[in-house]
Formats: sequence, structure tokens, C-alpha cells
Amino acid sequence: MEQNQEPQENKTRPDNSKTKAKLIWLMGFACILSVITDLFYHKHVHYDAEDWIPGMYGWYSFIGCTAMVIVVNFLRKIVSRNENYYNEAEDD
Amino acid sequence: MIEFPPGLILILGALFVPILPSYFRNAYMLALPILGFWGLLILPEGILFSFNFFDYTLAPVRVDKLSLLFGYIFHIAAAVSIIFAFHVKDPVQQMAGLIYAGAAIGGAFSGDLITLFVYWEGTAIASVFLIWSSKTERSYRAGMRYLIIQVGSGVLLLAGAILQFKKTGSLEFTKMDLSDLGPILIFIAFGIKAAFPLLHNWLQDAYPEATVTGTVFLSAFTTKLAVYALARGFAGTEILIWIGAVMTAFPIFYAIIENNLRRVLCYSLNIQLGFMIVGVGIGTELALNGTAAHAVSHILYKALLFMSMGAVLYQVGTIKASELGGLFKSMPYTAGLCIIGCASISAFPLFIGFISKSLIITAVAEQGYWVVWLVLLFASAGVIQYSAMKIPYFTFFQKNPELKTNEAPTNMLIAMGIVAFLCIAIGVYPKPLYTLLPYQLDYSPYTTTHIVTQIQLLLFSALAFFLLIRTGIYPAMIRATNLDFDWIYRHLLPVLIAGFRKLVTLIDRLIRDAFLSSLSQLLELIFKHHGPGGLLARTGLTGLMALWVVILLALFLLIYFI
Repeated sequence: MEQNQEPQENKTRPDNSKTKAKLIWLMGFACILSVITDLFYHKHVHYDAEDWIPGMYGWYSFIGCTAMVIVVNFLRKIVSRNENYYNEAEDD
Repeated sequence: MIEFPPGLILILGALFVPILPSYFRNAYMLALPILGFWGLLILPEGILFSFNFFDYTLAPVRVDKLSLLFGYIFHIAAAVSIIFAFHVKDPVQQMAGLIYAGAAIGGAFSGDLITLFVYWEGTAIASVFLIWSSKTERSYRAGMRYLIIQVGSGVLLLAGAILQFKKTGSLEFTKMDLSDLGPILIFIAFGIKAAFPLLHNWLQDAYPEATVTGTVFLSAFTTKLAVYALARGFAGTEILIWIGAVMTAFPIFYAIIENNLRRVLCYSLNIQLGFMIVGVGIGTELALNGTAAHAVSHILYKALLFMSMGAVLYQVGTIKASELGGLFKSMPYTAGLCIIGCASISAFPLFIGFISKSLIITAVAEQGYWVVWLVLLFASAGVIQYSAMKIPYFTFFQKNPELKTNEAPTNMLIAMGIVAFLCIAIGVYPKPLYTLLPYQLDYSPYTTTHIVTQIQLLLFSALAFFLLIRTGIYPAMIRATNLDFDWIYRHLLPVLIAGFRKLVTLIDRLIRDAFLSSLSQLLELIFKHHGPGGLLARTGLTGLMALWVVILLALFLLIYFI
């Protein structure tokens, strides 16, 4: 199973093109802007923690998502099987 | 003007589909939901068409704000799904789609549990034909599993309804609590259709096997009918908050590694249902408004996403992320419309998700469930990873120079365009939707705090997505089967049954062997004594007999004298 996954894995590997690098810088810049915006208005919050650090939502999101994807890599090791695991003919 | 039970127009209208000439069929089919929608506008509120059936009072139509809202959106979903399927000439699919939509609409208006049961099973039986119409071995098997589970849900509903009738003497479909077996069975029946955790796998199993157009129909009705039923029957039931919270978090992990993009959307559907279930569990007016609004918004953007992925499947012939990429050049309109769907599902400001999801999240925060609140925020950020970025990236933007195709057919683009327009229009101007919600709503989604925090949530998640893709941490898309709970009944159960059969065969063999060997031992024994040369088979001489008699008499005399 592992052997025949290899070539496909290479095929979908991320392409490290320059546009993508630019995009990441742009996203990072937008993120910083959104955090700075937090300093300039009065937040209406339900929980005090929302107001502790500027960009609280952003940090929570970033850390949460990164952790999620890292955990997913372990999950895949447990649940991933051959495509025809259930012996039902593949149609496409 | 005469009133007509909602849904029946579509169901009865479907019966004429096969006899109509095919050039006239599309216009006719589209007219049915439009007529039905118009019928809703003139329907007075209250219980209609009530009648007695033996000892039971049945209320086939109950009209109030909650049922009307679901009625409206179901009609809209039916209409756009029909437009999306204009190129389909198969009368089975056309009839199944209409009857399915009609049954869901009827279910949303049923005022008693028996009518609900009839429509409930109607949605199950009609919809399975949309899966079987793929005409593949896989779709046949998945459809069979789907049908068994869906009909099972209906049977539980009926059993619960009967118990409820015995207890209360009424079949009215109204608010229940989980103190009795009847309501518990009904709750489980609803839970199966709403894809509660561990009862959810029929969704991810069957929907991706349906036809290109069938999945669009399927995505709108079954699960949202269940959400409606829960909102009607079990609003404020606390356990739903936790069930919903698990639903919003758990399927994310599967959605990220899944390769079949229509299955990714099914996991995503499951997650969004979780938000609605949490809203039902909270049960305040704000939360129930949020559930209703999110159901509407979810039906729209999920239909849009399923349509765009359907269009890709229709044009390319596969929907596996590992095989796709670079399609924004050959399918630019589909790509743009898909991105509108993604912006809507991720609740970006000015899109429909932004004005519906926050109602539920605010209601959760107001009631002080901070753990659930954090889970919902986590899921709101995660949407970028599992669908809003993942789907357009792997379909349209990842590098795949070999893949070339043409833009989707016009009817598909029109259907997607209508839904995309609604997603933006309601997102920008939510007031009409808010006035249709079941309760008075005093809520403004466009506050500085909401806009900025939501943008932060999404931007950081998007940044994380690109960084994770670039570093290769984001799981590469590979052809694989990911084991989910259906492993229990698709693998473990058959294995156990086969094992059990082996065990029984073994025990049976042992018993037979033991019996046969003891029988042969017995025969041997009999043969030994009665067979030729056996002690009991010997023939003695008469003289010997006389001798023995004399000996015995002598012994007797001897004992007598002593």
C-alpha cells in the first residue's frame, strides 16, 4: 500500500512558486493589519479573554488550525487504508 | 383561491413527468416548485385539512413561521436543483427529485407524527433513486445501506409515535422531552437523519455516490428536515448542545484528509449541521432564529458548492483532489461561483454565512457555554482548512498542467448564478430573511467587532493554510479509503458474522464427530459381544447347561444346610 502511494504524493506536493510566496507575504501583511485594527475600536465582547491581546481571534485561529492539521497527519496514519479497502469496484 | 397541501403539488406533479415530451418537461418541472412557492404565500397560518382517521386526529398541514421558512427555502432549493439538472433526460431521476423535494416540504408542514412519518419515509424512498441512478456497483451498495438506515429511522419514528400516543392520547407533533421511551425513540429517529455523531456515516457514504445532479437535491432536504424536526420537537434539550459541539469538531479531521471532494463537502455538511443542532439545544429565541437562518443559508451555499463540484465532476469525470488542479483557466465561471460558495460557508462579511452563523455563536456565548463557544470558533476557523480553501485550491489552483476541459453547461452556470446571487444579496441585506425567522429578532450582524474579529479568524486561518501547504505539513491528497464509523457495519460486522458462522460450523462439526465416534464405539461394543465369536452370541451344548444346573442346585443345598 505504502509503495503505490509514493508517486501520487509527489504529484500533489505543493509547488513553491514565486506567486505563492508573494501570496503568503500578502496574507501575513493583511493579518498584521487586522491585528492593528483591533487597537482602534471598542470591542463588544462576551468574555473578557476576547479583549486581552489584540488579534485574539486571529491567534486562536492560527494556533487552532495549525494544531488541527498536525493532529490530522497522525489520524491519517490510523484510519487511512487502501482505496479499494471495502472491495467495491472503483468507478472513475 | 383554494389552498393545497404544501409538497403535494410536487409529488403529484412528478407522476406526470414520464408521459410528457422531453422538450416540455424542463419547463413543467420548474413550474411545479414555483407554483408550490406561490401556494405558500396564500396559505393562512394554523392547522389545515385536519381530519379524523379511526380514533386519531390527524393534522396534515400546520402553518406557522418556522414551517413556512423551511417551506420557502425547500421550494427555492428544489427550483435551482431542477435548473441544474436541465440536461438530465432520465425520468427516474426527475421523478425522484420532485417526489423527494415534495416529501421534505410536506414533512416540514406536518402537524402530527403520523403524517410526519409518511413524509419521512417518502424522503428516504424517493431519494435513494438519486443514488442508484449512478448505475454503478458502488452506488447500488451505498444506496442499499442508505435505504436501510433511513427506513430504520422511520420505523423508530413510528414506534415512538405509537408509544407517545398511548401515553398522551395525542399524535400532535409538538415539543417533547426525553423523559419517556416514546420521545427517546423519536429523538433517535431525528438524530439518524440529522447525522448525529456515530449515526452519521450514511451521509458520507451515500451522498458522494449519487449522480452529479442528485447530490445537489440530497444536500438540501433530508438533513435540514431533521434539523427542522429537532427544532420543533426538542428545542432547549441540553444534550443537543454537546452533540452539536462534537459534530462541529470531529468531522473536520476527516474532511481534511479526504480525497473525494464531494465527500469533503459531506463532512463539511455534517459540521454545519452541528452548528444548527447547538442552536436547537440552546433553545433561546435567538438560538432558534440562528438555527433557522443558518439552515437557509446552509442550504444555499452547500447547494452552490455541491453544484460547482458536480460541474467539475461532469466535465472532468473525477472529483478526486489528487487528480484535479488548474481548472480556473478552463472553468473560470465555475471557479468564481465556487469561491462565492466558499466565502459564504466561511462566513466572510457580505456573504450569507456571516449573517446566520453568528446568531448561533452569540446565543451560545450569551448562555455562558464557553467550552462550546470555543469549539464553535475552532470550527469556524477550521472551515478554511477543510473546505473554503481546500476545495478551490485543489480543484482550480494547484498545479496540474495536463488537465484541460471546458466550462460547465449553461444551465448549471445559471443555477449556480442564482444561488450565488442569493448568497450575496442576503449577506449584504439580511433584513428580509430576519423578518421571516420564527421569532422577533433584534440583531445587527455588521458591527465593527463582528467584522474585524471574523476577518481575523479567517485571515489567520488562510495564512496557516498556505504556510502548511508550502511546508508540506498539510496532508497531501492521495487515493485512499479513510475508515470512519461505517467500518463497524461494513467491515467489522461482516467479519464478526463470518467468524461466528465459522465458530458455529466448528462446534457443529465437533458435536457431529463426537456423536459419530461414540456411535461407532457402541457398535463396536455390541459387535464384540453379539458378533461372531462374541460371548453372548455363543451357542453352548445342552450337557453344559445340565452341568450348570446341577452345580447351582448343589450350591443351593450346601447354603441351605449351613
